[in-house]
Amino acid sequence: MFFDSFSSFIQMGNHGFYVWLCYGIFAVTLAVNFISPMLTRKKVIKDIERQLRRDQK
Amino acid sequence: MWQALTRLYHKLGSPKWFYEISGRWMPWFLIIGSALTAVGVVWGLAFAPADYLQGNSFRIIYIHVPSALLSQSAYIMMAIAGVVGLVWKMKMSFIVGKVIAPIGASLAILALLTGAIWGKPTWGTWWVWDARLTSMLILLFLYFGVIAIYNAIESEDMANKAAAVLSIVGSINIPIIKYSVEWWNTLHQPATITLTKKPTMAPEMFIPLVFTIVGFYCLFAVWVFARTRNEILWRERRTNWVKKLLTLPAANVSKVSANEQTELKGADK
Amino acid sequence: MNALSIFKRDLLIAFRNRGELLNPLMFFLMVASLFPLAVSPDTQFLGKIAPGVIWVGALLATLLSLDLLFKSDYDDGSLEQMLLVPQPLMLLVLAKVAVHWLVAGLPLALMAPLLGLMLGLPAGGFEPLILSLLIGTPILSLLGAIGAGLTVGLKKGGMLMPLLILPLYIPVLIFAASAVQSGVDGNSYIGHMAFLGAYLALSIVMAPIAAAAAIRITTAR
Repeated sequence: MFFDSFSSFIQMGNHGFYVWLCYGIFAVTLAVNFISPMLTRKKVIKDIERQLRRDQK
Repeated sequence: MWQALTRLYHKLGSPKWFYEISGRWMPWFLIIGSALTAVGVVWGLAFAPADYLQGNSFRIIYIHVPSALLSQSAYIMMAIAGVVGLVWKMKMSFIVGKVIAPIGASLAILALLTGAIWGKPTWGTWWVWDARLTSMLILLFLYFGVIAIYNAIESEDMANKAAAVLSIVGSINIPIIKYSVEWWNTLHQPATITLTKKPTMAPEMFIPLVFTIVGFYCLFAVWVFARTRNEILWRERRTNWVKKLLTLPAANVSKVSANEQTELKGADK
Repeated sequence: MNALSIFKRDLLIAFRNRGELLNPLMFFLMVASLFPLAVSPDTQFLGKIAPGVIWVGALLATLLSLDLLFKSDYDDGSLEQMLLVPQPLMLLVLAKVAVHWLVAGLPLALMAPLLGLMLGLPAGGFEPLILSLLIGTPILSLLGAIGAGLTVGLKKGGMLMPLLILPLYIPVLIFAASAVQSGVDGNSYIGHMAFLGAYLALSIVMAPIAAAAAIRITTAR
């Protein structure tokens, strides 16, 4: 470990705000890129099923 | 050999083949990508030594550089997909190109935000018109253009081709834009440290960067596969293989066989 | 229908609507006037930003005039006709772009010295200003044709075309504005003009091809 204690790890020698803000935005980007296609998939499947049901009538 | 290539060419054009192959490959890319990224991030945050001049803020590099690299190469991939689609009239190629655009844009935004935030402790302001950041901003504009044209044209076929032309024109301009912006920057900025100075980094600082770069690329593959699969399902919804995949006679996903259920749920998480 | 006849026809149509020709010029003048109004009329200050302001104004004026490049031909079906004639579409596009430049770009270049005077451009800037506009506005028309071709026929396309083309304009803006600045500072601007000339050569060759491809895609029924 480069840091002596957990609190110095969070502090990052005064730059903590910037570093953690960046990694936070990174986490959000990851989340969006994972969750968006998952939600779209559910929607697509639902739409297809709805269309098939309508076609069968 | 030639036969194998032509077979591969035909397979690549088949949405069904892509759907099946991507379903098998996605878990691997996901595992490897997550592992590499996690190792790189933890190493870079907690174990790498602080930079002599920038202190701990340099740790932002482990996010900034991979996202910048990836958003640039993603645009090129999108343009190549456009060429392949236009020249070989491959539907799949257009789908991949369409899907890359929003992912590439999100990475460009990540690169811009992390670059700007990194700039604050380094330069004192929230934004600098540094050559790399400015080029990245213009790249984002190029991405917006491609996304906008997909949204504006209603006919799917027309939208595919128009976006392909636009991404090709954009990619030809990228080197010109980069050259112009770098040249412009030398006029106006004093030659100080750039935000990234890879060659002079010690190995303990450089290797985690390699991890995160490769990890990002693997995750990029996962995201492209996931979105492409959604497009395939929708565009091929009237084919038998899709109908079989989604609905058995009972038209109820929970009654799908165990195999297909794991394929549906597990393959693209 | 061939390139020459389209050239003549477009020129004739443009001169019949002489009032329309003034619009980009008036816009150019107005945009340049916005800056002293919005920021400061101080001549020293204006002189510093004049190269950039004049060039941005020219860029925006060109963008506005590009909307109509293919529109009327699309509406009356002659664009479709152009797809069918034996002459290569890129030559026909080149003819239309040439008229657009003569009618929209060239006047901007000729009017620029007036704006230079109004914005306190120092003496050394005038020659590179006119030169950069003479070389640069054809580039704007050529690249603009690509955007116009991609968005012709889109009803909601109003803001889309500038969005598509502006990134491509940025190299022109950078080198042209800094050429003028270089002239103001008393330095040589030959290198800047060389870049612009190269970009122009590249555009003359590539832009009509891309614009023709775009028109084929968006006009096909």
